[in-house]
Amino acid sequence: MPKLTIDGIEIEVDNGLTVLQACEQIGIEIPRFCYHERLTVAGNCRMCLVEMERAPKPVASCAMPVGEGMVITTNSPAVKKMRQGVMELLLINHPLDCPICDQGGECDLQDQAVGYGMDRSRFMENKRSVKNKTFGPLIKAMMTRCIHCTRCVRFSSEIAGVPEMGTTGRGEHMEVGTYIKKALTSELSGNMIDLCPVGALTSNPYAFDTRPWELKKTESVDVMDAVGSAIRVDTKGGEVMRILPRLNEDVNEEWVSDKTRFACDGLKSQRLDSPYVRRNGKLIKTSWNDAFAAISEKIKGIDGSRFASITGDLACAESMTALKDLTASIGSTKIDCRQDGTKLDNRNRAGYVFNTTISGIENSDACLIIGANIRREAPIVNARLRKRYLTGGFEAGMIGEKVDLTFSCENLGSGTDTLCEIADGKHKFAKVLKKAKKPMLILGQGALTRPDGSAVLAMARAIAEKYGMITDDWNGFNVLHTAAARVGGLDLGITCEGGVASIVDECSAGKIDVIYLLGADEIDTNKLGKAFVIYQGHHGDAGAHRADVILPGAAYTEKNATYVNTEGRVQKTQLAVFPVGEAREDWTIIRALSDVLGHKLPYDTLLEVRSRMVEINAVFKSDDQATGGVWGKFGTKGELESSAFVSPILNFHMTDPISRSSETMAQCTEALFDEGKRNIGTNG
Amino acid sequence: MLKDSDRIFQNIYGFKGSGLKTAKSIGDWKNTKKYIAKGRDWIVDEIKNSGLRGRGGAGFSTGMKWSFMPKETGGRPVYLTINADEGEPGTCKDREILRNEPHKLIEGALLAAAAVGACAAYIYVRGEFFREGEVLQRAIDEAYAAGLIGKNSCGSGIDFDVHMQMGAGAYICGEESALIESLEGKPGQPRLKPPFPANVGLYGCPTTVNNVESIAVVPTILRRGAKWFSSFGRENNLGTKLFCISGHVNNPCIVEETMGITMRDLIDTHAGGVRGGWDNLLAVIPGGASVPMMPKNLCEEAIMDYDGLREHGSGLGTGAVMVMDRSTDLIKAIARLSKFYAHESCGQCTPCREGTGWMSRMMERMVTGDMAIDEIDMLQDVTKQIEGHTICALGDAAAWPIQGLIRHFRPEIERRINDRASRLSGQAA
Repeated sequence: MPKLTIDGIEIEVDNGLTVLQACEQIGIEIPRFCYHERLTVAGNCRMCLVEMERAPKPVASCAMPVGEGMVITTNSPAVKKMRQGVMELLLINHPLDCPICDQGGECDLQDQAVGYGMDRSRFMENKRSVKNKTFGPLIKAMMTRCIHCTRCVRFSSEIAGVPEMGTTGRGEHMEVGTYIKKALTSELSGNMIDLCPVGALTSNPYAFDTRPWELKKTESVDVMDAVGSAIRVDTKGGEVMRILPRLNEDVNEEWVSDKTRFACDGLKSQRLDSPYVRRNGKLIKTSWNDAFAAISEKIKGIDGSRFASITGDLACAESMTALKDLTASIGSTKIDCRQDGTKLDNRNRAGYVFNTTISGIENSDACLIIGANIRREAPIVNARLRKRYLTGGFEAGMIGEKVDLTFSCENLGSGTDTLCEIADGKHKFAKVLKKAKKPMLILGQGALTRPDGSAVLAMARAIAEKYGMITDDWNGFNVLHTAAARVGGLDLGITCEGGVASIVDECSAGKIDVIYLLGADEIDTNKLGKAFVIYQGHHGDAGAHRADVILPGAAYTEKNATYVNTEGRVQKTQLAVFPVGEAREDWTIIRALSDVLGHKLPYDTLLEVRSRMVEINAVFKSDDQATGGVWGKFGTKGELESSAFVSPILNFHMTDPISRSSETMAQCTEALFDEGKRNIGTNG
Repeated sequence: MLKDSDRIFQNIYGFKGSGLKTAKSIGDWKNTKKYIAKGRDWIVDEIKNSGLRGRGGAGFSTGMKWSFMPKETGGRPVYLTINADEGEPGTCKDREILRNEPHKLIEGALLAAAAVGACAAYIYVRGEFFREGEVLQRAIDEAYAAGLIGKNSCGSGIDFDVHMQMGAGAYICGEESALIESLEGKPGQPRLKPPFPANVGLYGCPTTVNNVESIAVVPTILRRGAKWFSSFGRENNLGTKLFCISGHVNNPCIVEETMGITMRDLIDTHAGGVRGGWDNLLAVIPGGASVPMMPKNLCEEAIMDYDGLREHGSGLGTGAVMVMDRSTDLIKAIARLSKFYAHESCGQCTPCREGTGWMSRMMERMVTGDMAIDEIDMLQDVTKQIEGHTICALGDAAAWPIQGLIRHFRPEIERRINDRASRLSGQAA
């Protein structure tokens, strides 16, 4: 623990810290541009220069490790002069086009120029300008504004693991770019916008929309995948303008995936803003009372077994609770949340959550990935795995599609045959698992939605038990979900015998007369037969097209709702804007409908719904805790098919009604997913 | 004047050819095994005692540098890297060594490797030295064939490899950590220090980077003894050194001389004097483009060694003496150097990337007098904003020539500005 003196204050800090970090500990602010605590130190902006006793030159505090007896000065006139000098040099070739720059108001260069710069420029020469570059549909580049801090370059090569950014040229002519003109392919590329301290990289969809001081900021949770990244929803009036990451060290650190960040424009199109009732084959806009009357007519007196409900991938725990209770009150047990047909069940919580936790990945030393393309299914988890890989002593192997996960991960095989070999200890990766102190496995939905999913689950459990993944202080068994609602649904016990598939089959066989879809769009709606379909949701997607009655609900930014992420972490979204038009918060719709049907549900407030949730499962008492579960039996041993595992997500950018409605995601799909498929005829 | 028999580089002009036979005839590779056998500490001490200071420009004690190399490396190999990326304007001493005395360099590399425990030497040759690279490679091949290097080099029991790598013509790759980056196949951008190459260098392994001349003199120092070498020159500035004299002299040349010779002596004895006589001298840049210039009045007395030139606000640098007579447009000369630094800045850190271009543009205006008088002070201030604030020394090197110009020739600058102003006002009237 070296002792050092900073501006006359003596402090003792941990070994290995830098002078800049030591300064921060005692509240001394050191200006910086290139330094970022999650990236390697570049030391190139020179803004953080401080004086050090006995050093011939000023030192870059971001790169200087603390040493015993150091004497640092950060407030001398000389340091002030240095900062002014560096600031002036940074600004001479910066266009100073703040009035037309989207970074204005949240720009490090602006802030630090005010704090540390001079009040005028002495630069009389012509400014440098840089030809503009295109980085794809998400990032708008104005490289003339670039100050060459290389944060984006370091982010792409270190965190994202897709080294597409780099510098070319030297001296004044150095440029940051992608070497060749191409769209960035990383799922995390949007984070470069946050990292960029100036307006060189800004959000393309958000261009020229608002100034940051006009925005209302609401802290919330993302539902675009099952990770539950912490987000901040920025709104103006009744509109979501943009979504930014929020710090949550346990889940997403400070990154979010591009879908989380950019799919929010999907909240403005294809919205269901009023109840609809199908009359003579056409959906007619109508009133709530009218819609409820139409439903009531069909349901009153129905035999309970001829009613069923399916909850969708974006449904909140509150609305699922209400629908579960409503379904029960009608006398039906047929309600299920597993749209993708996953063979997980809710007998044992440890059997369907990510027990290791996302931050726990960093303690692991070997990982077996089964049937999951993590990069597409949960880019944030993938980034954590890569972070773990970079620290060394970590071996990973995957069974499934041959994909590039941005870290060294050997493809061991494509399907169940390899899985069996590992379970039997015959495969060479078995040795790796055996040797590892804290091995883990990640079981993706690609392995669980198959007909033999339950047997794969049992096999995975056997592997976990055989290779010491389950000990008193370590649980290396992990299920990776793709739907934000899934763990919540399983926690609430929204499952029935046969699952969604049997409900749909019974519909087509005419055994079910009324089906209630709570935002369920991922099922084959053509197979619902003659059933009367009630669709409650926020987007005019597959379910709404087939519906006989549409009840407009609220999207995740429009309600105070509970979601449980893949780790089993109970998190809450907050209302940032009100639901559009006539739409209402989802649980209140079901509660109101129950009254009309004469099965009035026993809760009137959000708090009462939430206590009902706790009644069903005590896990809902927790807040932002990955609680996991007690290890036990789950899965059923059985015959395995020898086919290959296929990831359920083909196109990362479009996985749910919101992202399917998003223009930005459509552009990404065209640029990245359909890359090379040239349009012909009038479309190109 | 140094006696011929005391010259280390007996064949620096290449009159005898560059092959192994010639090298052996002038004493290279003689008893190399014996000196290796004396152990690494002996070699380091001998070099320390000789007072040899790095010949690449910074003048850091070579023996001291070697003594910083860790003896316990935790299994990591140790590398010796030889900086033959001689790009400093005015400097051409290493080129002559590569051309004519490559075996001195290779033998020196073996001895230096023995001193620091290196398993291999990488010689990074400036891209423009294509022919010199060929000569060096031939010499390396000869040395391998003769068993002088490679497995059991010279029968000493040491396994030692020499690799030659051609650069691609970037001045900045002569900076030791940029050189290491370039050797690793990355863009030549200097690294932050600490960590120093002695701990984390080439491929993350302990590395010592030495100039060609520093390495090439090692065998002779060991053979003739530290005492012999330190008998030349003044305290703290010992030994002999290659000087490159260029510019407005009658006979530009490279010559080995004792440190501490006066500048006038050096120019008059070896370079045939200043063109048009000593009184025609205007200024001298005594140590390569990076050091501030010295006007004639300072040159009279100047002693050519590290401390002697520092007294006059300049430096010995690489020992490249650039002589400028009264026909020289000094402002234009310095403007050209500024342009060079702006072109060669790697662009990594702010002050150098932005500042070298700014300075260069101001210097261009200064050549025609197209600036205000107070801009001279501003330019001086800008050089101060760059100097010492950069990752490597290129920022300093870009700032010093301008500072030297302003310090010694401010009246000339002001005259030019005023001339232009009066010319313009005359036209206007």
